[in-house]
Formats: sequence, C-alpha cells, structure tokens
Amino acid sequence: MPGEGIKDLAEFIIEKLDDVSLGFEFVQDELIINVKPEGVCKTLQFLRDNKECSCQVLIDICGVDYPDRPERFEVIYQLLSMRQNHRVRVKVAVAEDVLVPTATGIFSSAGWYEREVWDMYGVMFEGNPDLRRILTDYGFEGHPQRKDFPLTGYVELRYDEELKRVVYEPVTLTQDFRSFDYLSPWEGMTDVQLPGDEKGAKPEFGWKDSKAG
Amino acid sequence: MGDAAENLDMGEETQIRPFTMNFGPQHPAAHGVLRLVLEMEGEIIERADPHIGLLHRGTEKLIEYKTYVQAVPYFDRLDYVAPMNQEHAFALATEKLLGITPPKRAQYIRVLFCEIGRVLNHIMNITTFALDVGAITPALWGFEEREKGMEFYERVCGARLHANYFRPGGVHQDMPEGLADDILQWCEDLPNFLGDIDNLLTNNRIFKQRTVDIGVASAEEAMDWGFTGPMLRGSNVAWDLRKSQPYDVYEEMEFDIPVGKTGDCYARYLVRMAEMYESIKIMKQAIEKMPEGPIKMNDYKVSPPPRAEMKTSMEALIHHFKLYTEGYHVPAGETYTAVEAPKGEFGVYLVSDGSNRPYRCRIRAPGFAHLQALEFLSKGHQLADTVSNIGSLDIVFGEIDR
Repeated sequence: MPGEGIKDLAEFIIEKLDDVSLGFEFVQDELIINVKPEGVCKTLQFLRDNKECSCQVLIDICGVDYPDRPERFEVIYQLLSMRQNHRVRVKVAVAEDVLVPTATGIFSSAGWYEREVWDMYGVMFEGNPDLRRILTDYGFEGHPQRKDFPLTGYVELRYDEELKRVVYEPVTLTQDFRSFDYLSPWEGMTDVQLPGDEKGAKPEFGWKDSKAG
Repeated sequence: MGDAAENLDMGEETQIRPFTMNFGPQHPAAHGVLRLVLEMEGEIIERADPHIGLLHRGTEKLIEYKTYVQAVPYFDRLDYVAPMNQEHAFALATEKLLGITPPKRAQYIRVLFCEIGRVLNHIMNITTFALDVGAITPALWGFEEREKGMEFYERVCGARLHANYFRPGGVHQDMPEGLADDILQWCEDLPNFLGDIDNLLTNNRIFKQRTVDIGVASAEEAMDWGFTGPMLRGSNVAWDLRKSQPYDVYEEMEFDIPVGKTGDCYARYLVRMAEMYESIKIMKQAIEKMPEGPIKMNDYKVSPPPRAEMKTSMEALIHHFKLYTEGYHVPAGETYTAVEAPKGEFGVYLVSDGSNRPYRCRIRAPGFAHLQALEFLSKGHQLADTVSNIGSLDIVFGEIDR
C-alpha cells in the first residue's frame, strides 16, 4: 500500500495542477501523474520548485509505444526528490504528429534523454536546441524502438573490398526471423510457412500465413 | 599555422573559426568507443560534443523479444565492469511485478556480490583514471587485485564477466564450499592494496595537479545534470539508494556514505576510494550474518527445480521444460526499480502486459547522464583536462549505448 504521505502529495499535486493534469494513479505503489502534452513544462517546473515535491533530479525520460491507441506514444518522466525521498512519474500520451514541449529549460539533463526518445520513437520535442539522433548510425532512417520496426532492421553493412569502403545493403537473413509463440507451445511455429505446408489443409485456429503478409 | 597567419590580413574584424578536433573513437583515454568532437580556441575547450552509439546493440528492443529469464544475460553486457549490479536491478523489478521476495540467503549473497562488483568497478575506474593522467603503476597493481575479485565471480557462477547469476526469485546456485572464507580473507587483504594505491595517488603531486579543481560541479549543478552515485557524492550530496531506499538486506548493513567537499575530479576519486572501504565492511557483515537455507524461490513456476529431482519427478521435468521455453507470465503492470550500481543509479522501467515477455524494458544507465555533462564540465578547461574529466566520469560504453 502506498503511504499516507505520498497519497496526500498526489492529491496536492493534482489540486495545484488542475488545468493540465488528467489525474493520478498508483501502480505497484509508485505515483504516476498523467498530464496533457502542453502541460509538461508547467508540471515539471512545479514538481521541481514546490517545497513539498522538490523533485530536483530528472532521472530519466523514456518512451513507450502502444500502436493500438489513438495517442500512440507515452513519454515518461522519472523524477526523484532527494530531500523528500520520493519518486514521481509523469506520463504524457501523444499522437505521432504531436509536439511535446522540451524540458531542457527546466532540467539540463533532459537534452540527451529527449534526443534518445526522438531517435528511438520519433516523438518530437519542441524547443530542444539540439534534437539530433543520438544512438543510431549517422544517416539512419526510421525509429527502431517502435513496435512496427522489425527487430532485424532494414539495412546491414559490410566492408566492400572493391570499393574500399563500407557499404549498406538490405538485410538478408539466411534463416527467416523466427518468433516462437510460446503461449501455445504445440503450435509454436504457426507464423512460418514451411515448404510443403501449402499442400496440407490449413488448421482452423492459429494459422498466420507469413507469405501472404 | 604561423606562416599562414602572417600572410593573412588579421584585421580586428577577422573571425577565426575555432579549431575542431576529433577525439576517438579509437583512443586509449576515451574508455571505449567515445567519439568526441571538440571545438577549441587554442588549448581551451569551447564546445565538446560526444558522439555516442557506436556500441549500440538495441538491448531494450531485444529484451522485448525475450522471456524474462532470457533477458537477464543482456544486463551483464551493459556495464561489463560490474555485471551483477545490473542484473540486480532487473531481478528486483521482475520480483516486484511478480510480487515475490527471494529467500534471505539469496538476498545476502546478492548484497555480497554487489559489493564485490563495486570494488571491482572502483579499482578499474581509479586505476585507469590514474593511467589517463600519467600513472601506470596503479593499473598494473590494480588489475591483479581485480582478477582475484573476478575469480570469486567465476567460482560462484562459472564466468568471470557474464555472470547470469542473479535471477528473478533468487540466485542461480549456492556458493561453493570455502568461498565465503576466501572472500573474507580477501576482505582482510584488500585494505593493504588500497593503502598502496592511496600512497601512490592521494598525495601525488602530478595526480593532484591533474585533478584538483578540474571539472567542478556544485551540488545544484550535479542534481540539475542528473548525476547519481559517486559523481553526486563528490559534490557533497549524501545520497545513496542503499541507505535511502534500501533493497534486499542493505537495511541490515552498517556502513557510511562518504562524500566529497569540492565536486572536482579529485573529490570523486576520494569518494570512490572511501567507498571501497565501506564495501569491505558490508562484505564482512554479509558473510557473517548470512543464514543457511534455500537460495531461490521454492516456487517451480519461477525458479527451476533441482536437477536431481528432475531425474525422478515427471512434474519437475515439466516445470523445467515450461520455464525454459515459455517462461513465466508476469502480471500486467509497471515499475521503475533502481539500485545503487557502482556508477550511480541504475534503473529498470519494466512494463508488463501480462504475457511472458516484457512489453517494454527501459534501462536507465547512470553513465548516460554523466557523459552528457562532459561539455559542461570541460568548457573553459584545457584539452588535457578533458581526459581527466572523462576518467573521473567513470563511463563504460556498454551501458551508455545499450
């Protein structure tokens, strides 16, 4: 059970941030504050400067992709108060084309975290002075942590002896990428069509034709 | 540059573009694959732009495609200098979502090996830091001592580096006989070694010239840049997750939190030195207080059954098979769980959708935040001071690039 102190804090925060917050919740006794995208700066500023909250450290910003939701991405801010010894998590749900205001004006550490979220998920941060890619290769295309980005990626590179330089080529796999469905172990390879399978009857349940797309 | 400059018309309005220099990615003082683009005015750093990602392996993405048990080894490959501390964060996060607590003995073993990891990490950092600023001897002596620590790793799990030892629900296997005594003996010997390093470095004139007043961060600046661990404590903030938000049996351990006063490279060195003495204290206590008993959950849905039992029990065999193919299903939910890794706060933000694979596993590496502040620490310093700064940041690219 979350302690009384943190519950009071949650209600206090919601009251103060009435116009931008969408409520709070406790998951695993950890406080989560949901806010609207335009209210990010106000929330973070309040959490940092208010005496009760005093979250002076922005520990992390990360993204999560939920392709089925209309507001596809969640941007998550992990805040830590060393004075009060508590953690607060701020969540923002954004659609693909929505800009999130940058937190670099409030926390210096936000710069690279936002760059990483942009790199991995393609969420744009409005006002970040240096929103370049950070972890992926120079000239990389796409946002690899999105759920619709394949694990193997699209390109691979090798050194070309004739051209005397590294060249990019489409990924060729000697064996199809296999994602076993462990949830039904007896039909573990339902999404792969093996040679000869087309001759047999398709099972009624669990058949996903990988060749058909 | 001399001749060219004389031939140019150097009027007052002439703008001189700062000199741009590439530092790394292959440079012994870059501690791995750091490419640093420096813009310099003479010897003075005006801008430092670290280009990272050369060791990016997509760990977070890969984990989304693995079961919880299969995800553990990826954590060894993050900060490969202190692998078990990383596993600890993931194990704790998974346990939190599963709602289980490992047996006491497992918790003590974890604490013991986390502290060995901390000593390994700090020896590595201090000696290579000294190497960067011109002292070779500490590295030669330090790596010998480090090898002893890694032998303990090897004896307990079979691998010097990629341990895969802390599993959700406990540890993989019990400590072999005699290991506790040998670790205790090592704890007795270690202060001698630390004394030697102390003699070599702490009052060394060259070492102090290279580190004192270099890369100063005040307490406010350290927090603003997201510093944790020795980087933060070097700036006089007594913050340690082992004390303030204790996990496993750290609550029962007695130790102090050393802090630095000045927030420079030298203070961070001193904090790391002092922390090793504290780690020795914790290791001794952990061995003394360690109870007998099981080292992993008795629940075969989470921990594998003993191999002997599998030879005779059909049920045990099925459990084993299911555990290593399907794995276990973790109830839907999310948690951010952090541990005090040697480098700072190492956190795992785990989102589960109720299936046997993590929906999202965000890894918060301390080095990422620290390296970001390199520009802030190095601005206005000379080129050679950047090397000191990189050394004192304690960066390992396994965890920064993930």
